[in-house]
Amino acid sequence: MAYLGVIISMLVIFGGLAWLLFRSIKGREVERRVIFVFIFVAVAAPILFPITFEEHASPVVKGLFDHIDTLPPGSRVLISFDYDPAMAPEVQPMANAISFHCLDRGHKVVFMSLWATGQTLLFNTLEDVIRPEFPDLIDGVDFISTGYKAGNEGVLNVIVSDFKKMFPTDVNGVPLDSAVIFDEINSCADFDLIVALGGGRPGPKEWVLFVGDPADVPIGVGVAAVVAPQLYPYYPRQIIGMLGGVKGAAEYESELAHRHERFKNMAQPGLKMMGPQTLAHIVIICFIVIGNVAFFRSRRREGR
Amino acid sequence: MRQQIPLLITFIVGTLLIVSVFIPPFGDLETTFNIWFDIIAVFAFFLGGGNLLRVHINKLRKRKRDWGFSIVTIVGFLVMLIAGLFKIGNPGDIASAVDAPGSLFYDIFNSVQYPLSATMYSLLAFFVASASYRAFRAKNREATLLLIAAFIILLGRTPFGVMLTYWVPDSTSLLQIPNLAIWIMNSPNLAGQRAIMIGIGLGVISMSLRLILGIERSYLGGDK
Repeated sequence: MAYLGVIISMLVIFGGLAWLLFRSIKGREVERRVIFVFIFVAVAAPILFPITFEEHASPVVKGLFDHIDTLPPGSRVLISFDYDPAMAPEVQPMANAISFHCLDRGHKVVFMSLWATGQTLLFNTLEDVIRPEFPDLIDGVDFISTGYKAGNEGVLNVIVSDFKKMFPTDVNGVPLDSAVIFDEINSCADFDLIVALGGGRPGPKEWVLFVGDPADVPIGVGVAAVVAPQLYPYYPRQIIGMLGGVKGAAEYESELAHRHERFKNMAQPGLKMMGPQTLAHIVIICFIVIGNVAFFRSRRREGR
Repeated sequence: MRQQIPLLITFIVGTLLIVSVFIPPFGDLETTFNIWFDIIAVFAFFLGGGNLLRVHINKLRKRKRDWGFSIVTIVGFLVMLIAGLFKIGNPGDIASAVDAPGSLFYDIFNSVQYPLSATMYSLLAFFVASASYRAFRAKNREATLLLIAAFIILLGRTPFGVMLTYWVPDSTSLLQIPNLAIWIMNSPNLAGQRAIMIGIGLGVISMSLRLILGIERSYLGGDK
């Protein structure tokens, strides 16, 4: 049934695009509403009739994956959720996969957020991934959430030298002094890896400028696709690896499923979302071709 | 005096913060100032909330255009405020997080704000498609270069990029579409981004100096 749905959807999309190409050869432009309908079908069809593709981690994604994989168990990792629900469909799959990976490798993970909305999204990861998958791990010993703190770069400027000065308690009001995980953590310099997830400001760039460089801590990032090009100047020296958009999340999930048997049975939203993204990209490419055909036809006609 | 005191404060604080970076004994000053900044920043929440209410109540009172949306804004704001302040449905004690799982705040956030924000953002796909159709046209050499780069990046972000050029031998692997997409990001894009960043950096330095020296005064309000 799913295959039939996929075939019918493809026929509708590509049949329609062929018809539009034929019209463009005659020099006719495509109306905006028609483009919207095609994008809707291209995104909706793979959601209704899931199509999955095999993904392979690119070097920029592998950089972060391998670093987490090769850190000795018990290493201290800080993960910051600096994003809002608008970015969440792209970034949350990364957050879930990276959190799973770190805890599965036996690392001690501290979660925090520089965005007010990030704290609730952090709770989602705790509820959806950590508690069901790692029921034996103890809050305050194996992982801890310090929650959100207002102050943007100001927070980073303080925690780079004294973490507890800015976060005296965890998200539930328990003093960090009583948390075992914080026995050997005084500042950001005591972390073996920091993963900054987000895309806005403050976000990964601020983590590099205010914490990564001054404290000499490796930084890995996961960002929305539109932000990734802005972070390439920091890769690979200041940022050890980067996950950009749904594609980055899908590559990370794929690598995780290949190398960690347990992850194969878990939800892989990044890989699932690659179907709609792939089809939407192809439809956009087809529209660019159609637009150029119409443009050259009309220019030739004007030339005559 | 209304002008001179803020200018003096800006000059002293700015100079001290620069000194604290370069002279170790003053290093703690930076942390202290950052904590002060964070405390002051929290008051912006009160100002922001108060201002939101003032603007929308005013709009309602005067029955300005689209005043109905102001009702939605005010109700939404108050519901979230009450749910958070009184920790309605919160399974934890008074010290627990406002948005702890199970609380009304958490449920509203996940069932209203999350899907609404994600929907607004995903609408971009429609506008990007329409804009690509109109903008990416090979009108001249520069536009053609942009068009080719967009093509490669779009294909490189999909498994079709791999499928189309998997036959290209390893000796010329740069010609495989995903590798070409990575090259575009790592070389031309990186060069452009670095140039922008250096420009912004220089701009920040000059603006900071103008603020510290009292040349730039627009933050004081008014035209002076």
